[in-house]
Amino acid sequence: MLEQLIEYVPLLVGVVVAVGTALGMLVLNAVLGPKRTNPSKHEAFECGNPSLGPARNRFHVKYYLVALVFLVFDVEVVFLLPWAVEYRRLLDSPLLGGIVLLEALLFVAVLAVGLLYVWKRDALRLD
Amino acid sequence: MLELVLIAFAKCVFLFLAFLLGGAAILSWVERKMSAVIQDRIGPNRAAVFGFTAFGLFHPIADGIKMLFKEDFVPARADKILFFFAPVLSFVPPLLAFMAIPFGPPVAGREWLMVSDSQMGLLFLLAVASIGVYGHTLAGWSSDNKFSLMGALRTSSQLFSYEVGLTLSLLGVFMVYGTIMPQAIIGGQSELMWGWLPRWGIVTQPLGFILFMLASIAETKRAPFDLPEADSELVAGYSTEYSSMRFAMFFLSEFVGILLVSAFGAVLFLGGWNIPFLAGDAWWVVLLQVGAFLAKVGALVYLQMLVRWTVPRMRFDQVIDFGWKYLIPFGLLNLLATAVVLAVWR
Repeated sequence: MLEQLIEYVPLLVGVVVAVGTALGMLVLNAVLGPKRTNPSKHEAFECGNPSLGPARNRFHVKYYLVALVFLVFDVEVVFLLPWAVEYRRLLDSPLLGGIVLLEALLFVAVLAVGLLYVWKRDALRLD
Repeated sequence: MLELVLIAFAKCVFLFLAFLLGGAAILSWVERKMSAVIQDRIGPNRAAVFGFTAFGLFHPIADGIKMLFKEDFVPARADKILFFFAPVLSFVPPLLAFMAIPFGPPVAGREWLMVSDSQMGLLFLLAVASIGVYGHTLAGWSSDNKFSLMGALRTSSQLFSYEVGLTLSLLGVFMVYGTIMPQAIIGGQSELMWGWLPRWGIVTQPLGFILFMLASIAETKRAPFDLPEADSELVAGYSTEYSSMRFAMFFLSEFVGILLVSAFGAVLFLGGWNIPFLAGDAWWVVLLQVGAFLAKVGALVYLQMLVRWTVPRMRFDQVIDFGWKYLIPFGLLNLLATAVVLAVWR
């Protein structure tokens, strides 16, 4: 178990180095930069006009729909990944060789019907 | 164990600081100079050291120093914690994703030119690179600025829409070479078809390459898909309220992202470090192969910059439409065509 985990040690080192670089840059900037403040500096930028209040209003639900549809399709693509990697080896296997292509056709057909459905229901229209 | 950590540390420091941040700085110069040439201007040429301007190559350094000495500012209405972590979250993932990219062949039986040779292979790259969207979205949301919020919403919608298309365009490559390990994919691409044609991804998956390039330009949020930071509509999109080093981190992460998709494209479709008809493990061969990989990355970066400065911006609903109604159907078509061809032509 431990031997298998050892190959992930470089990744851990990388995370530490990358986050350290980012934080180092920020700290250096905080130390070296000036500190001069005034009230209008703290206002949200709205092209020079006085701000019209907080920005965290309601926004259009279609952005949420796109995210929802993405969730479904991304998971389905993840299901296709192992199939794609093993495809050529499965083709050569006597047991599964015949059905591996059929299986994918069926899966993609279901995926396509789903895409067609959200397409026709205008879930992907943002205008 | 200690040796492993030290080697990984040295590789990471070299890769992140020298190669990626240096590369991003040079890319900012390339972009400014290239846009100048395309628009018939001269471009950066003022920053000078003892009268030397070196074609404006000192500008990235001057920019870095300037950013470092600007005020580290947090607006009063912003969410302090998220505002602080958003740039880090968008800056770190593209750097980390580079750890799965091999810059050259194994030397003396070990992967000296690659930080992490883990079993996850390119899956690690895909997984980590898509974390970056959190950084951009949180930056826009935490700023409490209308332009930032619009930019954040557009970023998340756009990256979601093209993520699926991007992954679909890669499936064909994984099918042809039967693996997700980068070195094994490059090994598969090093073979020759009919004794003369390199079996590169661009040869076996031409449609996949086109889909990948389109999706990756959208993933790096650049024209014609630069809606998240459309300057003429949203001021600066999600980074409107950011200044000093925090802004520089968004800026750098964009350029590292360009390098990342170019390197990813080079590994998958242009044969990685492979030079056709050249094999062996002499030191000059390895050096040539690393050079070839960097040249391929450079070629893809050049292609992206050319697109950036010649194609006008699309409308946002067109961008989303293009992702769902063209990229994904064509990606599925490419997948099925590859499956049928591989089944028939065994």
